[in-house]
Amino acid sequence: MVLLPLSAGEWFADVKKDFIQSFIEDDRWKLFVEGLGITLEVTALSLVMGLAIGVVVAIIRSTYDQQHESMRGAGKVLLKIFNTISNIYLTVIRGTPAMVQLLIMYFVIFASSRNTIMVAVLTFGINSGAYVAEIFRSGIMAVDRGQMEAGRSLGFGYVRTMQYIVIPQAFKNVLPALGNELITLFKETSIVAMIGLRDLTKAAINVQSVTYQAFMPFIGIAVIYLLVVLILTRLLGVLERRLRTGEH
Amino acid sequence: MNTDAIIKVENVEKHFKGGEIKALDGANLEINKGEVVVIVGPSGSGKSTLLRCLNLLEVPTGGRILFNGTDITDSKVDINIHRQKMGMVFQHFNLFPNMTILRNMTIAPMKLLKKSKEEAEKKALGLLERVGLADRANAYPSQLSGGQKQRIAITRALCMDPEVMLFDEPTSALDPEMVGEVLDVMKQLALEGMTMAVVTHEMGFAREVGTKVIFMDEGRIIEENTPEEFFTNPQSPRLKDFLSKVL
Ligand SMILES: Nc1ncnc2c1ncn2[C@@H]1O[C@H](COP(=O)(O)OP(=O)(O)OP(=O)(O)O)[C@@H](O)[C@H]1O
Ligand SMILES: [Mg+2]
Repeated sequence: MVLLPLSAGEWFADVKKDFIQSFIEDDRWKLFVEGLGITLEVTALSLVMGLAIGVVVAIIRSTYDQQHESMRGAGKVLLKIFNTISNIYLTVIRGTPAMVQLLIMYFVIFASSRNTIMVAVLTFGINSGAYVAEIFRSGIMAVDRGQMEAGRSLGFGYVRTMQYIVIPQAFKNVLPALGNELITLFKETSIVAMIGLRDLTKAAINVQSVTYQAFMPFIGIAVIYLLVVLILTRLLGVLERRLRTGEH
Repeated sequence: MNTDAIIKVENVEKHFKGGEIKALDGANLEINKGEVVVIVGPSGSGKSTLLRCLNLLEVPTGGRILFNGTDITDSKVDINIHRQKMGMVFQHFNLFPNMTILRNMTIAPMKLLKKSKEEAEKKALGLLERVGLADRANAYPSQLSGGQKQRIAITRALCMDPEVMLFDEPTSALDPEMVGEVLDVMKQLALEGMTMAVVTHEMGFAREVGTKVIFMDEGRIIEENTPEEFFTNPQSPRLKDFLSKVL
């Protein structure tokens, strides 16, 4: 489609043709719907995995920072080992591009597997885990020391004080940052098209390669990504307000 | 050994930075059942450190602490069990801001003593009634005044049925007009026979409610006496000097 030397009427007719070719003919809209489904699936599963990894790594790191001086024996050695592993993980994941991580996962580590969804979820789960870990650690550190002391003085052990008292407050502290991470993750999954996974971006590429029309498919998915981001932003705002009721 | 001693502090030391700072430098103390031990002394003399060693929030670097005859500084002892019997009240309240007052008070009895929700809430509401805050059960800490927060912090500790209550400057963070309401609750507690260790600058409380007053300076317990003797007949020059400044 060429924009400039056309009259308004011709331009409109052209857009309409592009629209029909890109979305209506051969039910191509289904490709976009399926693609969005895959994008959301990869995002959701990666988010769950990233949260799980992130919380564990954050707890290991902040426990090490706060406790290692007062610990003794085997627990101390174990904690030190876990802390070192966590630090290596954070350094490597945050120091390399997600795209490169995806290629390594697909072509090197899982070279014999064609389960692209699994590869994508593992890549993004491990990737976002590193970012979630740092977000969460700052949230844990921001909880007043007195909260831990109050929990311990009532008789809760370290782990239970973290679980019942510190982590819920840390979670609330970092909810906005976690929301940003979710949105970043959602957008970043578009690179899975590289390994042939039929996500939303891949759907547009496939349609363009059949119709030779680029405008509608790519502008179309841009609009879809944007709409989803706006909806997520709104939902996160509601969740934040819900969690904050009563306090402050 | 005195069988009435709930807490026995034996030559306890707490050094920071590899011995550079001697926050506690060989403290000995006995707290008997029903006693109200008031700890006074200048800033940095080790009062908080001593109190926090009693429930091992600070781990002593030397000496022993016996709680009901058990050496709780022994690393094989499960300190969490013993802490359930030692309530603690902090200068800055340390209520859990994300929980209602009722939840603040019931979480430990429910999770640690396995009390049912009904049972834990019944006890909590009874205690709130006694400190005049029953109507605030469903409020959040941020909605209360400092004096109210501290009264809640005291009742939160009481919900665990402690044998001893430890107070670290419970009124120091309060506006002057709220000090009285907190001291009244503590006095009431003392009258009911609670064993208490109280770090405070409220000399009136020490004199009126204390059964024993100790004076600390530079990590040591310099003087220990009945309130009467302590205030009217101080022995060491440093205590005399201290009293002349605070009274
Ligand atoms: N965690 C710590 N690390 C290093 N030094 C500490 C630590 N805690 C306390 N100290 C030092 O130990 C000494 C005793 O402190 P402590 O808090 O017990 O005094 P205090 O009598 O309670 O004083 P205040 O009336 O100001 O509360 C002080 O010199 C203090 O600086
Ligand atoms: Mg102090």
